[in-house]
Amino acid sequence: MPEVLKAPLVVEFPFTRSLGPVQSAFLTGLRERVVLAVRTSDGRTLVPPVEYDPVTAEEIRDLVEVAPTGTVTTWAWNHAPRRDQPLGTPFAWVLVRLDGADTALLHALDAPGPDAVHTGMRVRVRWAEERTGAITDIACFERYEGSPDGGDPAEPTGHTGEFDDPVTGIVARARLEYTYSPGRAQTAYINALADRRNVGERCPSCRKVYVPPRGACPTCGVATSEQVEVGPRGTVTTFCIVNIKAAHTANLDIEVPYVYAHIALDGADLALHARIGGIPYDQVRMGLRVEPVWTEGARYPDHYRPTGEPDADYDTYKELV
Amino acid sequence: MTRDLPVRDIAVVAFAQTDHRRTSEELSEVEMLMPVLHDVLAQTGLKTADIGFTCSGSSDYLAGRAFSFTLALDGVGAWPPISESHVEMDGAWALYEAWTKLLTGDADTALVYSYGKSSPGPLRDVLTRQLDPYCVAPLWPDSVALAALQAQALIDAGDTDEPALAAVAARSRADATANSHAQLRGSVPQGEYAVRPLRTGDCPPIGDGAAAVILAAGERARELCDRPAWIRGIDHRIEAHGLGVRDLTDSPSTRLAAEKAGSFERPVDTAELHAPFTSQEVVLRKALKLDAGVRVNPSGGALAANPVMAAGLIRIGEAAARIHRGESDRALAHATSGPCLQQNLVAVLEGDPR
Repeated sequence: MPEVLKAPLVVEFPFTRSLGPVQSAFLTGLRERVVLAVRTSDGRTLVPPVEYDPVTAEEIRDLVEVAPTGTVTTWAWNHAPRRDQPLGTPFAWVLVRLDGADTALLHALDAPGPDAVHTGMRVRVRWAEERTGAITDIACFERYEGSPDGGDPAEPTGHTGEFDDPVTGIVARARLEYTYSPGRAQTAYINALADRRNVGERCPSCRKVYVPPRGACPTCGVATSEQVEVGPRGTVTTFCIVNIKAAHTANLDIEVPYVYAHIALDGADLALHARIGGIPYDQVRMGLRVEPVWTEGARYPDHYRPTGEPDADYDTYKELV
Repeated sequence: MTRDLPVRDIAVVAFAQTDHRRTSEELSEVEMLMPVLHDVLAQTGLKTADIGFTCSGSSDYLAGRAFSFTLALDGVGAWPPISESHVEMDGAWALYEAWTKLLTGDADTALVYSYGKSSPGPLRDVLTRQLDPYCVAPLWPDSVALAALQAQALIDAGDTDEPALAAVAARSRADATANSHAQLRGSVPQGEYAVRPLRTGDCPPIGDGAAAVILAAGERARELCDRPAWIRGIDHRIEAHGLGVRDLTDSPSTRLAAEKAGSFERPVDTAELHAPFTSQEVVLRKALKLDAGVRVNPSGGALAANPVMAAGLIRIGEAAARIHRGESDRALAHATSGPCLQQNLVAVLEGDPR
């Protein structure tokens, strides 16, 4: 078996999420160093607050302030923090029941080591210096022994949850890094393409030739394995005219409008798709005969261009439209 | 306790799974999946065209590959168009959907499959994307960290301790020596802390794999299988998403699902529990009231192979296969989804009296 192809693949997305009244108040509160809870009709106080009672599903809106101090209800020592976690140094994950709340909040606890952490320990919020209205406005929790002068600076002030400038949305960024490998059939296809050959695979049952091959015949549900070289020439079976400039950096040089087409390579039983060049966009037509154009050092065709042959008869490709 | 019994008898009549491995990078998802589809069809003699309903479970996030489930359908042979559905959940929930489809009488047979390729991505981080996007996901608490919070809560409650957890790990991997599909078997060191109190030995292996099951109703099941594994009840329940709202030492959703599935009406002899972490077996044993007489995870369970999205379906398949082989007469199968056993499915399977 040839070496497995691999390539880095980054999936990254910034979800923009609206908050609704309860989450908006909670996250705005964090920005203002106020922790808000929501009270259920049977008197439980929930932090983080939710919009609907987890037991009765009743809509709940009664916001109350709770203290930024609380008690650890369970913990776990994380000696090797991972990317994007709240602290870059070893820390404890904790569930903290804030004073005045009946439920616990998940966050990080900054502590020198696991021996300094136990269930039942008293902790308080350490606020982030820059706060935007997000759960990360709590930088982490830290040990709390009570105020030395006897007064408690952490006492809630009875905030109502009304703010002049509430946050109404958050941008939730996510980035996941993969190492993609395309599998046996597509690896063989991509390797052949780098040698400027189009190699499809034939279904042992229905005898159709698929290019690019996916490893299975979608009609018969069996593995394809017999390799068949097809093309390089083919026929445009259908096409569209693209008027929106590509956003991807790999395609910025392509001027609009351009034509993107389904092309049935000679010998293939499934059309692949590619850009058509070397001809004005408004002259591309079904039945146009085309061939791949390779650029120096590329592992795949840049585009397809007309061969100059007479157009293919519709009956020769109608099954592939 | 009275319980409405299903209006049709529906059974698991065939089960197949891949060998589960740390990586299957030489295979695409459909290439990994296809052999198990062919396996269950061959066991029953059915062809794709004979199958009344097809349902699958998978998640594109695992391999970072958009719409991978549509490509996986190539392995089924979905043309001419078949009656088909997909859940972005473990295949156990796909089986639940297929079971309801068969109950309606619209179909007499169903193909259920699921697969997961976790090797291309950072699984612990990928799974954070299923969490509450406002207050939890921005902290990126990985799957091991959340399980460790649950484990510490169990230790604090006196329900378990580190030696007891290590014993669960050792028993599971010892049992897995009899399971040629398992990824981690035999003597496996308990290792260093992953996230304390969980050690690497308390955690499931990360790997790739697939599984498939065929369901059939009534006489059709008897035609296709010498000893069908009849689904006497199946139910699934979910708990609040907020970890701090739940009692992490208990699993009321599992208990309720088991009750609705009829698990407590008579003892089971076997239980295949989907407990990816040792500590979660402690929770499940308590919720399901399993005593020492019940054979738990003879396959080695998820601690021996945990292909995400397939490991729950494999529990049902393993329980059914024991009934097929005559090694069990009444078995419980459990599947879970989400952090700290958030959502749970319980099925009760029985063989005909011998």
